[in-house]
Amino acid sequence: MTRLFTPKRSIPRSVEIGVGTAVAGSALLTWCLLSYLQLVSGAFLPRPDEVWTAFVKVLSNGSLFEHMQVSLTEIYIGFFLSSIIAVPLGIFMGSYRIVAAAIEPLVNFMRYLPVTALIPLLILWIGIGIEQKIAVIFLGTFFQQIVLCADVSANVSDDLYRVSYTLGVNRRQVITRVMLPATLPGVMDTLRVTMGWAWTFLVVAELVAASAGLGYMILQAMRGLHPATIFVGIFTIGILGLLTDLVFKMAKRWLLPWTVVH
Amino acid sequence: MAQVSIRNVALHFTSRRVGTVTALENLSLEIPDKQFAVIVGPSGCGKSSLLHLVAGLTEVSAGGCYVDDEVVTDPGADRGMVFQNYSLFPWLTVRKNVEFGLSIQNISADQRAQRAQHYIHAVGLNGFEDAYSSQLSGGMQQRAAIARALANDPQVLLMDEPFGALDSQTRTIMQELLLRIWEREQKTVLFVTHDIDEALFLGDVVYVMSGRPGTIVDSVGVTLERPRHYEMVTSSEFIELKRRIMVNLHREVEQAMMQNQEHLIG
Repeated sequence: MTRLFTPKRSIPRSVEIGVGTAVAGSALLTWCLLSYLQLVSGAFLPRPDEVWTAFVKVLSNGSLFEHMQVSLTEIYIGFFLSSIIAVPLGIFMGSYRIVAAAIEPLVNFMRYLPVTALIPLLILWIGIGIEQKIAVIFLGTFFQQIVLCADVSANVSDDLYRVSYTLGVNRRQVITRVMLPATLPGVMDTLRVTMGWAWTFLVVAELVAASAGLGYMILQAMRGLHPATIFVGIFTIGILGLLTDLVFKMAKRWLLPWTVVH
Repeated sequence: MAQVSIRNVALHFTSRRVGTVTALENLSLEIPDKQFAVIVGPSGCGKSSLLHLVAGLTEVSAGGCYVDDEVVTDPGADRGMVFQNYSLFPWLTVRKNVEFGLSIQNISADQRAQRAQHYIHAVGLNGFEDAYSSQLSGGMQQRAAIARALANDPQVLLMDEPFGALDSQTRTIMQELLLRIWEREQKTVLFVTHDIDEALFLGDVVYVMSGRPGTIVDSVGVTLERPRHYEMVTSSEFIELKRRIMVNLHREVEQAMMQNQEHLIG
């Protein structure tokens, strides 16, 4: 018993699964009680079976997949474009004083600017199509990724560079032989974290102005007073986020074997 | 041949907080080919800085370091280095770490594997070729780091308190291991430590360094015969040499501490 409440001590696997199931189960149970016993009006809180019916409906008429496809396209393009530029830039910013001196003032200004404040401007400039969502995700993640990657690369031990020089590495080789592999685990963590943020930016952008996407689906359901469909949208986003996280975990196991061995 | 000459070297740091600090001043040292030279000194005296100068990792403020009369300007594979905190590449296995320098020189995979295996065997890491550094103990990591430096076949081996972080039993074993390898390889070694026993057990000559600004205040020829065994640390000859270095070092440490106090008060 004392073991369970000692900081950082491991607990039995059965207890671990048990408490997790109990908490999730009681959340579900509370939802069932509140909705089936009509403690909360059906106009606000749908019953689980209504959510299931709504889910089957949007699944069978194909609209769920359409919206999902739009959202996934927007998020992956925006995130990919941001990552391929921000990651190397951030790594260099953390390691080369000259790069930091050049871009740090601009980056620090932009990173504290909430991207949501730019949405109206972006609508004005590029409309409400897919390009605008991509721009929101790009601007939302880009500067954060730069700063986080810069931090990762600034924290690479000096001794790793020193030892590589004494083994014959030159200034160009040090990038591929030391800087990139040394920063890779931190970069992966950065991508995982910023991917979560990208989902937030996407949904906000779609709620403000869109003609398709999961955020748009939720908004339409609200207008039509279909709380069950809102729930379907929320669950879908949650599950997609969970799957993305799983992919990152698997990629880590595969790409960074040295970080998972003990 | 690899003779290391350090001629009238000075090193100054400038920091915003304390202004200009003289770490080393007018320091000269001649290390003949194949000598095992050890530098002992109080902490903060600039021993590590001196190694960095010879390695070419830091630029001298005055004077120069020479290997076979060629002035050191940049780091190079001819001067291998072993650091206190192991500094293995965590993303590489032991084998890949040991092969690292060879892969930079575009040596064929066959030869690389052969050389790596030779040194992995020499440091007693057989069976751990595919382990990552996070899976190794401190002593094993340092064995791998030594193998990595040697596999590159440097002319000079620079060692910066390589056993300082190890427990004393492991340290003794590592010192003996290093000596066995050195007796076979016959390289010029410049070894830095604050441990007098270690210095005398390993070295041909022990140089005593003063507190900041660091300079050489004594050089002690170690007459103990080779190959050395650990029982020698109890011999009267060893103790006599140790006494001489201790007296010198004690004075330097005291002065260094006084200086630091003045620094704090002033």
